[in-house]
Amino acid sequence: MGLTFTKLFAKLGYKKEMRILMVGLDNAGKTTVLYKLKLGEVVTTIPTIGFNVETVEYKNISFTVWDVGGQTKIRPLWRHYFQNTQGLIFVVDSNDRDRIHENKDELHKMLNEDDLRDAVLLVFANKQDLPHAMNAAEITDKLGLHALKQRHWYIQAAIAKTGEGLYEGLDWLQANIAQKI
Amino acid sequence: MASNAQDNNAPLRMEGKKEEEDEEDYEYSPFHGIEKGAVLQEARIFHNPQIDARKCQQVLTRLLYLSTQGETFTKTEATEVFFSITKLFQNNDSNLRRLVYLMIRELPPDSDEVIIVTNMLMKDMASNNELYKSGSIRVLCRILDSSLLQQVERYFKQAIVDKAPVVASAALVSGIHILKENSDIVKRWGSEVQDAVQSRNPMVQFHSVALMYMLKNNDRLAISKLVSSLTRGNVRSPLAQCLIVRCVAQVIADSQVYAGQERPFYDFLESCLRHKGEMVIFEAAKAIIELNNVTEAELAPAITILQLFLSSSKPVLRFAAVRILNRVAIEHPMAVSNCNIDMETLISDQNRSIATLAITTLLKTGNESSIDRLMKQMSSFMSEIGDEFKIVVVDAVHKLCLKFPSKFRSMMSFLSSILREEGGFEYKKAIVNAILGIVRTVTESKETALTHLCEFIEDCEFTYLSTQILHLLGEEGPRTSHPAKYIRYIYNRVILENATVRAAAVSSLANFGMKVPALKERVRTLLKRTLFDNDDEVRDRAAVYLKLLNKQEEESKTPQVLRGKNISLSGLEQSLREYLATPMMETFDIATVPEKELAPVVNMAKSKDTSGPAALDELTLKSDFEETLSSIPEFADLGPLYKSCEPMDLVEKETEYTITCIKHIFGSHIVFQFNMTNTIEEQVLEDVSVQVDLAEAEDYQEVCTIPATKLPYGVVAQTYVLFSYPEGTMPFGRMVASLNFVVKEIDPSTGDEEEEGFEDEYPLEDIYLSPQDFIHATKISNFRNKWEELDPETEIADEYGIGVRDSLQDAVEAVVETLGLAACEGTEAVPPNARSHVCLLHGKAVGGMEALARVNFGIDRNMEVAIKLTVRAANADMSEALHAIVAEG
Repeated sequence: MGLTFTKLFAKLGYKKEMRILMVGLDNAGKTTVLYKLKLGEVVTTIPTIGFNVETVEYKNISFTVWDVGGQTKIRPLWRHYFQNTQGLIFVVDSNDRDRIHENKDELHKMLNEDDLRDAVLLVFANKQDLPHAMNAAEITDKLGLHALKQRHWYIQAAIAKTGEGLYEGLDWLQANIAQKI
Repeated sequence: MASNAQDNNAPLRMEGKKEEEDEEDYEYSPFHGIEKGAVLQEARIFHNPQIDARKCQQVLTRLLYLSTQGETFTKTEATEVFFSITKLFQNNDSNLRRLVYLMIRELPPDSDEVIIVTNMLMKDMASNNELYKSGSIRVLCRILDSSLLQQVERYFKQAIVDKAPVVASAALVSGIHILKENSDIVKRWGSEVQDAVQSRNPMVQFHSVALMYMLKNNDRLAISKLVSSLTRGNVRSPLAQCLIVRCVAQVIADSQVYAGQERPFYDFLESCLRHKGEMVIFEAAKAIIELNNVTEAELAPAITILQLFLSSSKPVLRFAAVRILNRVAIEHPMAVSNCNIDMETLISDQNRSIATLAITTLLKTGNESSIDRLMKQMSSFMSEIGDEFKIVVVDAVHKLCLKFPSKFRSMMSFLSSILREEGGFEYKKAIVNAILGIVRTVTESKETALTHLCEFIEDCEFTYLSTQILHLLGEEGPRTSHPAKYIRYIYNRVILENATVRAAAVSSLANFGMKVPALKERVRTLLKRTLFDNDDEVRDRAAVYLKLLNKQEEESKTPQVLRGKNISLSGLEQSLREYLATPMMETFDIATVPEKELAPVVNMAKSKDTSGPAALDELTLKSDFEETLSSIPEFADLGPLYKSCEPMDLVEKETEYTITCIKHIFGSHIVFQFNMTNTIEEQVLEDVSVQVDLAEAEDYQEVCTIPATKLPYGVVAQTYVLFSYPEGTMPFGRMVASLNFVVKEIDPSTGDEEEEGFEDEYPLEDIYLSPQDFIHATKISNFRNKWEELDPETEIADEYGIGVRDSLQDAVEAVVETLGLAACEGTEAVPPNARSHVCLLHGKAVGGMEALARVNFGIDRNMEVAIKLTVRAANADMSEALHAIVAEG
């Protein structure tokens, strides 16, 4: 790991940085997404009590990704990580139809926060491999994304375990945050 | 680059600052002028996307500084700071991380919020970085609840046996914290902790021993096992060894040891005395001296090793040694006396704390022969120490003087010399109290002491002490061989001092005039002069006393002082008011003032003592009674009051009436004074008296009864019964008593009492009279001489069994109390572990008849105590009477 960091610091001078906050309900697969991006492999995870923070290098951009746990007792603490966030990744368990409304409420509550005024929104419709998964269009509808005004948003169907769709998401982030800068 | 620019500026700023500081003479601190608001502002850099590790460390250091300085953060501030700190987890600088851990522990965040770091800490704990591990463990143990603890328990277990000492120590210390709330979890770590005890690292060893001990703390058997395994094992860490010594001391204290039996683990403690770490030696020595009933033989090795430290070059070792020895000296002065020579060199030690401890130890261990030398050395030493140390020394001298009364001369002169030196009030008060204490117990010292005190008040800046001494002079001075010599000192006060002292001096002078007929004329002349004093109180006192002196002459009776006259103060006040309302053509007649009966006792006691704070409570109390009684015509001719016994209750607490009886013993008479309180609001009692049946007290004859005319609600009133008995005897008696009175109901609506009352009787508890009522417990310094002086013919010896007692000391106290005599020459204290003891007792009865008793105590295995009582007294009757006390009791 030490080696990675030396490399990182050496490049800092000309490297672009992005601060990403990744949230979502518990068991949506945030930690799996993070470590698939970071390490390229699937790690066994336990429910995150607190957060993980990792730097992910992609296309000469260093994404600092904050993956904050989704348990009910942790959700009120999300707001402490809004400040300076350029991109918000909202991870949804596409297979969990029961809680899609809860997803919608949490998302809209967050987007009303002043600190996230300028952040772009990327929704990962995760777990597309599962049999009863809703597709991206259905989730877009159920989350009420079309109602969002003045917000750059994008929904990406993804399977964290295989990595499918993850880098497409990062591509969109890179393009849109760069636009704003 | 930015940091470079800052570095260039830094020296410039510092120079400017330095000049400023030179002016204000401040010491430079890197934290000078740090202010919370500013630091909180700086803490915003934690939010920056780019973490500057060095800068953040500085800010964290400042936050920590503020927090340790007692600065508190409001809830919002703490939350804000906490979450900004969590951002620092994205940086992997280990120094920064360490400060992050510290700060989280310091804050401490809300329990709802702190969970946000749980995941990171758990990751750090499982990481390979030792610093991450140890730091996170120490934080985790504070924030985890029991369910989460179970999740990470295995990491804790691993950490305990981690090869890095810093990790192992952190886990062990965390175990100690977790033990408080989740003991079940920690109890499962036993084998890991056991492994850690074998660690080569001293700190890990220390912590694991501590945790091990706490784990087993509730199980005495387990502790005992643990200790025996630890004492055999090879413990390298001195700290751990100290801990083991403490555990051992605890185990020894918990185990039962019978005399003569080997004490368990004593060998271990003794071997620790030869440990190479000084702290272990001190700990072991301390443990040994604190053993229950430690014997001289057990003490000896500890004392020897401490003695070596007395001449150590390090002050801290000398201090520790002398402090422990000082404590030993309280109980085992003889054991420490070997160190006296080393101790005496310490008196001149540069460190005054050491010197004070040395001196007080010497005062405890000193024998009669060394006292003179000690006093001489101390005089020079006293000027060099602070007042609070001086007080300690004075107290020690006081105690020493009680132990060796025959040496009072040198100690008294020491006390008086330091009394003349500079010193604060508390110090001076301690000296005066010591002198007064010595006067009280060592009667021979009285005249010397009075002379010294006279000299002291010549130049005393403390009014309180002056009045106290003047009062004592007034009480004791007239009874000395040359009362005249005190007059000058006292009169000087009248000329030179403030009003309070002058007033006290006038009272004191008057006492001389009244008690010493030869001085009366001179005192009168002096008092006449004070009639022109510019203070009211002084003039009034002088006038009153002059009047009394004249009156005394006319009546040529026994001295009678106004303050003893039994006048109700409120009554006097009321009479005076009434008198002032008249045209005042006639002189005020004191006889019109209602007498004593309505006077609450408490008020009387206070009003009587106007001449100064009571120095000798017992004496004043007695003279109070004496004066009260002699003001009653029936009792005026009884002669001097010999003794007033302790009040005893004649009814149960919280009944209708409370009644206590005080027995006043005269040469051939006894007065029973009954203090009565009526606790029923709706009643008033009249013509109250106590009826006594003398059927079982044949040697007593009732002479007269003085009833109380009225006993309203809530007021203390007295009634008296006077008996005579054959002079020179001390007869036993049991008297059946009852209270006789007329009850009148009070109409609750009007408060008027009814015209008609009815007679009633109220039974009281029996009143006993026994020889100890006639005897004053008085101490004497040379028992043997007195014993030889008394006629051997009067000697009576007998043996008694007094049953099972807790200890010999307990038995001694009980016998001394029963006999009502005073133990002389310190024989009331039984040395620990003693199986037998001799107690020397002395008392003085009415008419100055003396009684001496030698009591041999023996205790057997079943704690059964037997005594042999040998009595010699002024006459055989008295000896018999003393035996009768024990036989009857």
